[in-house]
Amino acid sequence: MTTLTLTSRVGRRVGRGIGILVRNWLLFFALLGVWELATRLGQSPFFPPPTEILTTSGKLWFSGPAAQLFLTDTVFANVLPSLGRTLGGWLLAGALGVALGVMLGRSKTGMDYVGPLFAFFRSVPPPALIPVFIVLFGLGPGMQTGSIIFGAIWPVLLNTVDGVRSVDQMKIDTAKSFRTPRSHWVRSIVLPAAGPKIFAGLRLSLSISLLLMVISELVGSYNGIGRSLMDAQQAFDFPLMWSWLVLLGLLGFGFNAAFLAVEQRVLRWQPTRNGRL
Amino acid sequence: MPRLLRALAGLAGFFLVWEVIVQAGLVRKEFLPPPTVVLVTIFEQFGETQFIRDLIATFLAWGIALLIAVAIAVPAGLLLGSIPGLRTATAVVIEFLRPIPAVALIPLVLLLIGGGPEAKITLAVYASLWPIMFNTIYALGEIDPILQETAKACGTSRFRTLTSVALPHTAPFVFTGVRLSANIALIAVVSTEFLAGAKLGIGNFIMQASTGSTRFDLVLAGTVVVGVLGFLINGGLEMIGRRAFRWSTVDREAVS
Repeated sequence: MTTLTLTSRVGRRVGRGIGILVRNWLLFFALLGVWELATRLGQSPFFPPPTEILTTSGKLWFSGPAAQLFLTDTVFANVLPSLGRTLGGWLLAGALGVALGVMLGRSKTGMDYVGPLFAFFRSVPPPALIPVFIVLFGLGPGMQTGSIIFGAIWPVLLNTVDGVRSVDQMKIDTAKSFRTPRSHWVRSIVLPAAGPKIFAGLRLSLSISLLLMVISELVGSYNGIGRSLMDAQQAFDFPLMWSWLVLLGLLGFGFNAAFLAVEQRVLRWQPTRNGRL
Repeated sequence: MPRLLRALAGLAGFFLVWEVIVQAGLVRKEFLPPPTVVLVTIFEQFGETQFIRDLIATFLAWGIALLIAVAIAVPAGLLLGSIPGLRTATAVVIEFLRPIPAVALIPLVLLLIGGGPEAKITLAVYASLWPIMFNTIYALGEIDPILQETAKACGTSRFRTLTSVALPHTAPFVFTGVRLSANIALIAVVSTEFLAGAKLGIGNFIMQASTGSTRFDLVLAGTVVVGVLGFLINGGLEMIGRRAFRWSTVDREAVS
């Protein structure tokens, strides 16, 4: 292949990439435009136009003093605590889930004992347990983190068990014949082989963590995004309510995008990965 | 030792630990009743008409929501999966809508359609659309090109290719999506009942038990019953899937 065809190929690919980008965002902005038009014409108090939501959001989050990087007190009082709980709960659930999953996956009979029990736990709607968590931990971060961990741990744990079980027998035998020490063996053979599954579980857990952050704050919290959303609805302040809703959408979108970027970096060596969803 | 015995041993062990923790006084009995109390409460509740009505209301809402979700998500997935242009055009909108937690929409849904059964069904449909849709799209992308080329070479029409090549290939994946969504829909229904205060339903039962009478044995009884229901639904669908798609050789890995 000559350099010329290669450059023209790259050029075409870049051109197509820009084309796709334009097409993506075209529909997005077209829908926004339709929404704006419809709400302006409809004049429903429940549906403020997107531009109004935007100005409300701007005032709500970015009208603070320069010393706080223009972030308002609301950001510090409500958004950051919620983010902390979500990510903290998710990280704890992830660490616990991977550790337990590796242990259970490597044991021959471990899952026989606890598998059905865990499948049952996964089916329990986490919000139903929030009253119990409230009386056990009181209203506060403990209860919220507790419910996030309880809801988010199962996908990681069960996927890790699955991934650990699917390690190629050839690799296990090779490691054994080289007398690879156990600690080294887990880190350099079991975990990489289970990586894609673990990441799939972690990604699911992240969206569950966000969900449970909102639920636990709707039920019992003094601050946070979910609490502010509820307050806005009860005050019939619809632009404000929509601002919080849009923030939740943005957070979900951002978490997902960041996670995919990390996943693609960490699992880059995987031969079968082709950057699908 | 057979598997079933081990599972029962695990269950017994869990109940034993729970009982010991409560009886040793590590937590207060009113807040976390021991399993012996909760199990008795569950048996008592199955004799109460109110509890049975709640259970039926939740189950019905779940079934309707799942049916609607399938009816929307499978055609949408087939459409998006077979027309790449449409898929790239909608990707941003979908990726923005999908991660919005369904329960965050509760305030909005309450305003728009009130607190009746429609509210919980709407939210459950919203929450359970995505796994079905993404599994359908994913499955269409995974079809062996040789199959499609063969169909094309034989002069098969586009519609016939869809019904005879694409649909049989996607069916097992779609079913996996439905199984995932079944649990999500149940959780969404119960959560909405719990948060929005429906007139009937297990979620409402749990909420009333926790706020009005503060009977935590009832709270746990309701929770355990919902958990068992979800467990049975999942297990049942898994069994049906294995039976119905025995001919399928693909590895039905969930993508959700």
